[in-house]
Amino acid sequence: MSPPSRTRRPCRYDPPMIDLDESDRAILRALQTDATLKASELGRRLDLSQSATWRRIKRLTDAGVIAGRRLDLDTDKLGFGVTVFLGVKLATKGRVSLEDFERAVTAIPEVQTVQHVLGLYDYRLRVIARDLSDFERVLRRRIMTLPGVGNVEANVLLSEERRPGPIG
Amino acid sequence: MLDDSDRRLLRHLQADPEQPVAALAAAAGIPVATCYKRLDRLREAGVLRGQRAVIHWPALGFAVEVSLRITLDKTNPRAFDEFHAAAREVPEVTEIQTFLGRVDVRLTVIARTMPHYQEVYRSRILTLPHIADIEALMHVATIKDAQALPL
Repeated sequence: MSPPSRTRRPCRYDPPMIDLDESDRAILRALQTDATLKASELGRRLDLSQSATWRRIKRLTDAGVIAGRRLDLDTDKLGFGVTVFLGVKLATKGRVSLEDFERAVTAIPEVQTVQHVLGLYDYRLRVIARDLSDFERVLRRRIMTLPGVGNVEANVLLSEERRPGPIG
Repeated sequence: MLDDSDRRLLRHLQADPEQPVAALAAAAGIPVATCYKRLDRLREAGVLRGQRAVIHWPALGFAVEVSLRITLDKTNPRAFDEFHAAAREVPEVTEIQTFLGRVDVRLTVIARTMPHYQEVYRSRILTLPHIADIEALMHVATIKDAQALPL
């Protein structure tokens, strides 16, 4: 396991932890689908006043439960037809190797997510590309040339479904 | 269909989805009225489908995240569909992805603690239909999570 890096996000999940009631859960479920919902509209659906709904959203945001918003874009229509998940094993390990690798890999625009994992691989990368030949270019020129990179496994994403999680 | 201004607009918007349209227009270097029009057009074209709130599960006490890479028994033609339907019923599953490659399906599973994970794994994951093999990657840290497109 790597020592915490200074570039990493601070942990927002230290206590105090908050308890959710049924209305909080309903708010989270709704905002997961449409984060642009106004407190008034959301309140109407849940039979809460606008200000009560707003206070609940603020509390969830302040507690770090709502960690921001993400655009839902049609990647195909924007010309990005291929998403590939890469499992990357480092050939050399040690603090310097991890930090060098992390610094270099996060700078690649086509690499959307980088997760440090334990198991068969050291890192899990989500890579987006226009098509398979574009992906091959990214893989050869940018991924395989990363410092310390060893074994790489690629799996092409066919479908993806996000679930609401344990707030159902 | 998309021009450079659209791409610039989306690039700025994905960096900060909550910014007011006026700020977005200024950042993208286009007039506010044009900005509204372009956003409407992107929505109508289905390019911009909406915005989703991101839930930070550790803040709700779900400190454990495991990526389960699953190989299915493909001799059964219904394996994918039946597995998928059953996996949807597990509340601790936050993502279901299917792949072309060595792995057939990947699940993201969250849990409060390791004992809780163990319980979910035994009682709800291992009981899913048509599993031939499972590999687990335990999530240690997220180094980058932009999910932004290189527009």
